[in-house]
Amino acid sequence: MSERRDILLRGGRLLDPSTRLDGVGDLLLRDGTVASVGGAIAAPDGALVVECAGQVVAPGFIDVHCHLREPGREDVETIATGSRAAAAGGFTAVCAMPNTDPVTDNQAAVGFVLRQARAARAARVHPIGAVSIGQKGERLAEFGEMVGAGAVAVSDDGRPVASAQLMRSALEYARAFGIPVADHCEEPTLAAGGVMNEGLVSARLGLQGIPTEAEEIMVIRDILLARRAGGHVHLCHVSTRGSVELIRWGKERGIRVTAEACPHHLSLTDDAVEGYDTNAKMNPPLRSAADVEAVRAAVKDGTVDVLATDHAPHHYDEKEREFANAPNGIVGFETALAVNLTWLVKPGLISLATLVEKMSCAPANVFHLPGGTLRRGAHADVTVFDPAREWTVDPARFHTKGRNTPYGGRTLTGWVACTIVDGRIVHQPTG
Amino acid sequence: MTGARAPLGKDLLGLEQLSADQIRLVLDTAEPLKEISERAIKKVPTLRGATVVNLFFEPSTRTRISFEFAEKRMSADTVNVAVAASSVTKGETLVDTARNLEAMRIDMVVIRHSASGAAHFLAERIESNVINAGDGMHEHPTQGLLDLLTLRDHFGAIAGKRVCICGDVLHSRVARSNIWGLRKLGAEVAVCGPRSLLPSAIGEMGVTVFDRIEQAIEWADALNVLRLQLERMHAGYIPSLREYNRVFGVTRERLARAPRDVLILHPGPMNRGVEIDSDVADGPHSVILDQVTNGVAIRMAVLYLLAGHTPALADAAKGPA
Repeated sequence: MSERRDILLRGGRLLDPSTRLDGVGDLLLRDGTVASVGGAIAAPDGALVVECAGQVVAPGFIDVHCHLREPGREDVETIATGSRAAAAGGFTAVCAMPNTDPVTDNQAAVGFVLRQARAARAARVHPIGAVSIGQKGERLAEFGEMVGAGAVAVSDDGRPVASAQLMRSALEYARAFGIPVADHCEEPTLAAGGVMNEGLVSARLGLQGIPTEAEEIMVIRDILLARRAGGHVHLCHVSTRGSVELIRWGKERGIRVTAEACPHHLSLTDDAVEGYDTNAKMNPPLRSAADVEAVRAAVKDGTVDVLATDHAPHHYDEKEREFANAPNGIVGFETALAVNLTWLVKPGLISLATLVEKMSCAPANVFHLPGGTLRRGAHADVTVFDPAREWTVDPARFHTKGRNTPYGGRTLTGWVACTIVDGRIVHQPTG
Repeated sequence: MTGARAPLGKDLLGLEQLSADQIRLVLDTAEPLKEISERAIKKVPTLRGATVVNLFFEPSTRTRISFEFAEKRMSADTVNVAVAASSVTKGETLVDTARNLEAMRIDMVVIRHSASGAAHFLAERIESNVINAGDGMHEHPTQGLLDLLTLRDHFGAIAGKRVCICGDVLHSRVARSNIWGLRKLGAEVAVCGPRSLLPSAIGEMGVTVFDRIEQAIEWADALNVLRLQLERMHAGYIPSLREYNRVFGVTRERLARAPRDVLILHPGPMNRGVEIDSDVADGPHSVILDQVTNGVAIRMAVLYLLAGHTPALADAAKGPA
């Protein structure tokens, strides 16, 4: 590895909820760690100085939920393109879901993801192992070996665990390794055939709906099983009012449940499906305005711990189809900060500090990852962003291979100015 | 073919997007066109030189034939393309099919497809006029229009009339087109069927809901009885066709208790003895065959208006008698 230059981030608003830091000052990064925080720091000889006036300097964002498609669908995304797109979105680390082909369900597959990520030299990639072998929902995968190889959690996201018994076992078995079991909550028989939220829009468009209960039934199942098992269940992309009420119920009782929400579920309703826009098709689907309001409130009150992306690139041809036949998912890395800023911070729902907390500190805590802090000695993973700069989303300019976004053409607020991973600048757009 | 003046716009995708005036325009345009089908020589030159493709991704007899007659009686050149349902997922994509058709310089496409939104999808990607001949569970606008024409023929006016749509509203494109069309023309609209076959948001669609067919019959001036597909029983929506007939069937006995004569419509094909009994379907208040006759006139009117012709010329379009 080439020698790292010192990096001095000068004159930005240092915002780190993990240390309750919020003030203008300098930040010095040396040898891959945070060397000095706050105040005026003289630039050491040879240091790279980044002027950050008017910008926020925050611990690097961490996404606990994304799909990088490699191995299997390198035409759609690779670990290299995905981690570069993540860096472009201000993410210094992302957790890759195991629903690849083959499935990341063993230590060798976990090692492959880490090797590809290291070679890409962009955002860090933390593999998530499968709960069950082949994500078939039958036999547990080898959690211990996967964790030994670097997996940070287990999940059958993409093909969620239908069997309550298997989920119980997973929650119990995961305790030995201190990892969360992340679940995509979807009761398969109730959701079968559904392609969007069930409601007036689905009735009008003649599209089969997915009722909110399909999610909520599994949310409460998982919470109850976590209580029984004593394990840590992490609920992915919660999208309904009922889900957040149930999570609140679980947290009040001290059950180890954490939850994430995604930018699209906090900003868009099922109205976006109007005109059969396949870029508004994802699972869980965009919900009603009442659901969006409830999930937003849950972000504010802490019921939702983490903001994740569920970045899910698809090939253009696959989305250019009849709505029912198009795949679920949208890309999220490069719009996450701006969507969250535009819909959560700008209207005054949450503060900038809370945004950083939920995009950086909390993900690190919930998944027990390095980073999420600017504390002296911590990893030099830093995101610098302009919280006021507006830009118009042009999917053609994305770093991800995916172009599937419902935000194309929208003007959003919040611009990533610089992303630093392990003391190296991995993203710094000009202009 | 898209003329400078296209009173319906480029495409006919559904009745939800049409105004009451546009719907009345189609009905008014259809009225004089009915007569063409009564002639010995059933042909006028209105669409001579226009190429129409009937693109059917789902099997259909009645709708396809009705469109084909309408096209031929207007002198259009027509091609029927029947695409096996399996090729929707296996073979050429819909967008490629559309582009290939466009490359052959066609003027209009009539599309029937099992996916809701397929007609929208096509209309956004080709310049030809697109007519939705039924897309999934979404809309079947020409069926809705022919139902309206049939009701108007019978009642004189639709405003204020009470029409109940009976049966599998959840999966029915006919139901949706009827709900929008009837409401826009001022009818009172109700639906009746087992709740497992009604959309859960039906209450937000501006219709009354009857749980029992007896209530619907007591209320209605007309019933539009939907086809109940056998698959609904296998998929667990209802226990059996036999019980469906006993609880929800439109039978002579039930109609006999109605306070007034109730007009009976059915979009076909009928399951006699399931949603409707034969003596009702063939009875004095059935206008089911009038619907079929009106279907040709409605489709002629839609072709005519989408081709950019203006309604004032509708009579002239009939040509020499």
